Amino acid sequence: MPSATIAGVTVDVNEEGYMTDPGQWTRAIGEAIAAEIGIAPMTEGHWRVVDFLRADFAEKGQVPTIRRIKNAGGIPTKELYALFPDGPVKKASKIAGLLKPASCI
Amino acid sequence: MSETNDKIKKISIVCSKGSLEGIYPALIMANGARMEGIETSIFFTFFGLYAVLKKFNSKIKIATVGNPAMRVPDAKGMPLPTIIGAIPGMSAFATKMMMKEMEQLDIPPIPEFLEMIHDAGGKLYACKATVDMFHLEPEDFCDEMEKVLTVGEFYELSAGAEIIFT
Repeated sequence: MPSATIAGVTVDVNEEGYMTDPGQWTRAIGEAIAAEIGIAPMTEGHWRVVDFLRADFAEKGQVPTIRRIKNAGGIPTKELYALFPDGPVKKASKIAGLLKPASCI
Repeated sequence: MSETNDKIKKISIVCSKGSLEGIYPALIMANGARMEGIETSIFFTFFGLYAVLKKFNSKIKIATVGNPAMRVPDAKGMPLPTIIGAIPGMSAFATKMMMKEMEQLDIPPIPEFLEMIHDAGGKLYACKATVDMFHLEPEDFCDEMEKVLTVGEFYELSAGAEIIFT
């Protein structure tokens, strides 16, 4: 498995740069990934999404859909797109140290 | 995320059918496109227009007649003969079953789906020829419907887009 050094820490990643072990994640790593994909600075709103993604993933074992982020996470779709333009779930998931979303919704 | 030149940047979806299986593919593809950062619009025409009519878009049904691929009680069951599919209530029943499956996959009902696509920046348009033919008024449409367009305006707005017909 490939690895990458993010924020001074060596972590496991896949070919597309998504972390494969959520346990290796730290907020500093999240911040570094965010900067790399053009999301900087990470505001409170960004962290709210990332924290929900990680909590929901820990519970359900999969990255939540936009609908779930809206209905269960309380983050309006408009706000989600404003925070993470051009691919919100993919970007937020990458920052959260989770795999690329595997759902069509 | 690779930024190659052949990445799709813009799509225009023409939704022409008013059955559940006609409308959902258009909405799923539109929503999925926005999720990839693709500029997206949907042009609702003919019976597809029912997707954006607020009085009717929560009552969209599956066609249980004239669909030789339709099987019961699930996708791997027996074929549903047209004569059985024509029994009153069959379409409503099949729709209920399908909606239950979709809910489990987090696929929203049509009105909520339109709101999500709209909030995601997708644009929803209605076809003028159909609007005239069906004698529709602005108040017949859901709030997310942006504008009534002629075919010419649709093509203008679609400059540089891939056009998908469903």
